[in-house]
Amino acid sequence: MGAVNLLFVVQRPPYKSENPRLALTHAIASQTAEIYMDDGDSVVPIIVFVGDGVLNVVKDQQAMKVYGVTSTESHIKSCLLIDLPVWVCKEDMTRLGLKEENMITDAEDMGAELKTKFVSFADIQKEMESVKHLLFF
Amino acid sequence: MGELTLGVFSSLVGSMSLDFSFKLAEAGMAKGHKVNMWLSGNAVMMAKKGQKPFKDYSHNEKLMKELMSKGMEVTVCEACAEARGYHKEDVPEGMKRASMDWYLAKTVKTDKLLHIGGE
Repeated sequence: MGAVNLLFVVQRPPYKSENPRLALTHAIASQTAEIYMDDGDSVVPIIVFVGDGVLNVVKDQQAMKVYGVTSTESHIKSCLLIDLPVWVCKEDMTRLGLKEENMITDAEDMGAELKTKFVSFADIQKEMESVKHLLFF
Repeated sequence: MGELTLGVFSSLVGSMSLDFSFKLAEAGMAKGHKVNMWLSGNAVMMAKKGQKPFKDYSHNEKLMKELMSKGMEVTVCEACAEARGYHKEDVPEGMKRASMDWYLAKTVKTDKLLHIGGE
């Protein structure tokens, strides 16, 4: 079968719903999925934030301080650390008055090289059409 | 025949999405398809055996057991279950527990993946 491309699409805002966290933890789980697969098979995920879901990518989250739980920010940075692409819809950022300076752009503090990609919805749609499975959260 | 994998995230009580998932699985199996079901998030409520059926609430344990006896593979997210206090000994007979990578691995071979629910 080889490599299977998966697109995780996050539409809900953080902390109001478990969905964004589940999207991130499921996407990160791709790192260990090979133990259940045949030799040569793999899953290649991308996680994309659209609609109110772009609020997940706002930087300086204080979830540990306020709620006593790990932040969505830390999970997004973990994605970047393991070279899992993180995309954010530019049009939805504009709609919510968010600029790149408000967002998690990298995880250099964790040693990650990959950076967040701010993309148009047209780019996201193109990716949606090319992957084998879409996972909406 | 094909293979269908359902990723289900809705709670047993509160919406009808979980009921729909089992009905869909039943219909798929009736057509001869192999069906796998991944229960995560609040859908792990299904990982508690001995739930009492009331007519006011959804009750899917009986149908789930019937479908499992016909070959449907049902696996529950271990972390989501433990976080809610559903332990290994609570799991209905035939249901498996695994980490999220089980679900990711299923996406490779399955013909169709349907993601249902979430709060």
